[in-house]
Amino acid sequence: MIIRKPSYIPSSEITPQSVYINRRKFLAGAAAVGAASLGAARWLNVAHPQQTVQADTKFTTIPSKYSSTGLTLTAYKDITTYNNFYEFGTNKDDPSHNAWRLKTRPWSVKVSGLVKKQQVFDIDALMKLRPMEERIYRMRCVEAWSMVIPWAGYSLSEFISQCEPLSSARYVQFLSLEDNKQEPWINSVDLHWPYSEGLRMDEAMHPLTLLTFGLYGQPLPNQDGAPVRIVVPWKYGFKSAKSIVEVRFVKDEPRTTWNESAPGEYGFYSNVNPNVDHPRWSQKNERVIGAAFWKARQPTLMFNGYGDQVASLYKGMDLRENF
Amino acid sequence: MNNRSIVILKFIAFPACLVPLGVLVYRGFTNALGPDPIATITHTTGFWTLYFLLISLAITPIRHLSSRLGRLIRFRRMLGLFAFFYGTLHLFTYVWLFSGWDVRAMVHDIAKRPFITMGMLGWVCLLALAATSTTWAIRKMGGKRWQMLHRLIYVAAIAGVIHYWWIVKSGVLTPWKVTVVLAILLLARIVWSAKQAARKRKVAVAA
Repeated sequence: MIIRKPSYIPSSEITPQSVYINRRKFLAGAAAVGAASLGAARWLNVAHPQQTVQADTKFTTIPSKYSSTGLTLTAYKDITTYNNFYEFGTNKDDPSHNAWRLKTRPWSVKVSGLVKKQQVFDIDALMKLRPMEERIYRMRCVEAWSMVIPWAGYSLSEFISQCEPLSSARYVQFLSLEDNKQEPWINSVDLHWPYSEGLRMDEAMHPLTLLTFGLYGQPLPNQDGAPVRIVVPWKYGFKSAKSIVEVRFVKDEPRTTWNESAPGEYGFYSNVNPNVDHPRWSQKNERVIGAAFWKARQPTLMFNGYGDQVASLYKGMDLRENF
Repeated sequence: MNNRSIVILKFIAFPACLVPLGVLVYRGFTNALGPDPIATITHTTGFWTLYFLLISLAITPIRHLSSRLGRLIRFRRMLGLFAFFYGTLHLFTYVWLFSGWDVRAMVHDIAKRPFITMGMLGWVCLLALAATSTTWAIRKMGGKRWQMLHRLIYVAAIAGVIHYWWIVKSGVLTPWKVTVVLAILLLARIVWSAKQAARKRKVAVAA
């Protein structure tokens, strides 16, 4: 047995007294840095999702005559951290924390139902189908808050003509991704999955209805409905289905998730209408996201300000009955 | 616990009860109220109203645990008044930020929106309790009548929890936590009164 004599250890190796005294703090600091870098990596994944998207990181977009003008854009940070995407949790900041689970490649959109022939469009082909436009739209949530978002995409009508629907198709249904490995909250949130939304054919063919791939000129962050969604700016936000995997052409009014959950509160049409209140709260005003609290309230506009362009779709319809 | 230590504790507890408001104001100045600040302010003031209601309702059951905790009663009025304070801030948020002082819209809301009716009911109860919280009021009303009026605290707490359930979206279950706590606190009282009644019967029989 060799017993080392103390002289074998050079004095330069003696731990300085201050380090020895503070060794517990040092360890805590190291753990914190480790945890922070893990957390930072995850945060980076979420806040800069373009690093995880395989398509080009920036879209070339052309301006559109359908953009609303004279509005203050909502900050990118608010658009990407204040979301309703219940597949990833029901708190407003849950989707931005949890949507990193969503795998946006490979991705395809199936076209089915009353069409000449069923097709499957790969997402990258879909993005190149038509030139991308920048569309600045108001977004009004049924919860009475609103944003102004510069989306990137092209009119859904262009995609629909590629689908070749039959004349018997009177409605379009949109189905979102349903995958309980990527979206674990599907098991705990009591909604009928997959998320389903629908439009009447003339609403779907309206030039304002946008097949959307990006915002602020970049691919949609996961929490905002990557890699493809629709935006229907004159309706409450829940009609603008996210992360679409199937577009189905049907004869009858399709099921829509929120209408199934609370038929008295969320109608099929759900046009923005300050005169028709939600059963539990008024729709006369809205809170502008990102504005200081003393000036965040503003009156809600009929059809979210797009009445000139869409009111004719509802001529003769009782909008209280067809809420 | 002598009187002096209670006074000292109150001097500490009072500013402590103002901390939630302080945090909110600080967040307001540092622009840390989130993307929907009106919602944040409304939720925070609402939660603290409920929390102070529950804390003040916890005083009596805790006192029953030991005779030495009897002095806790000295804090109950302050905690109850803070519930009224935060409830008033919450109401103020609704009146100013949500309604823009539009009286007609508010009257319509109170009549037509059940969750707002329930909230107003709770606040009016707390107003009555706050107005009669002084020693002068106890003397003027007489102990028995005052005690009966102050049973409204149960109405206020239950109304507050229902108000919370009725505002959340269908499928959201977050109010269950405060519901469970309130249920336990009310159950504790029921159990204790039942025990008291049984004790009284035993004494009556023995006599």
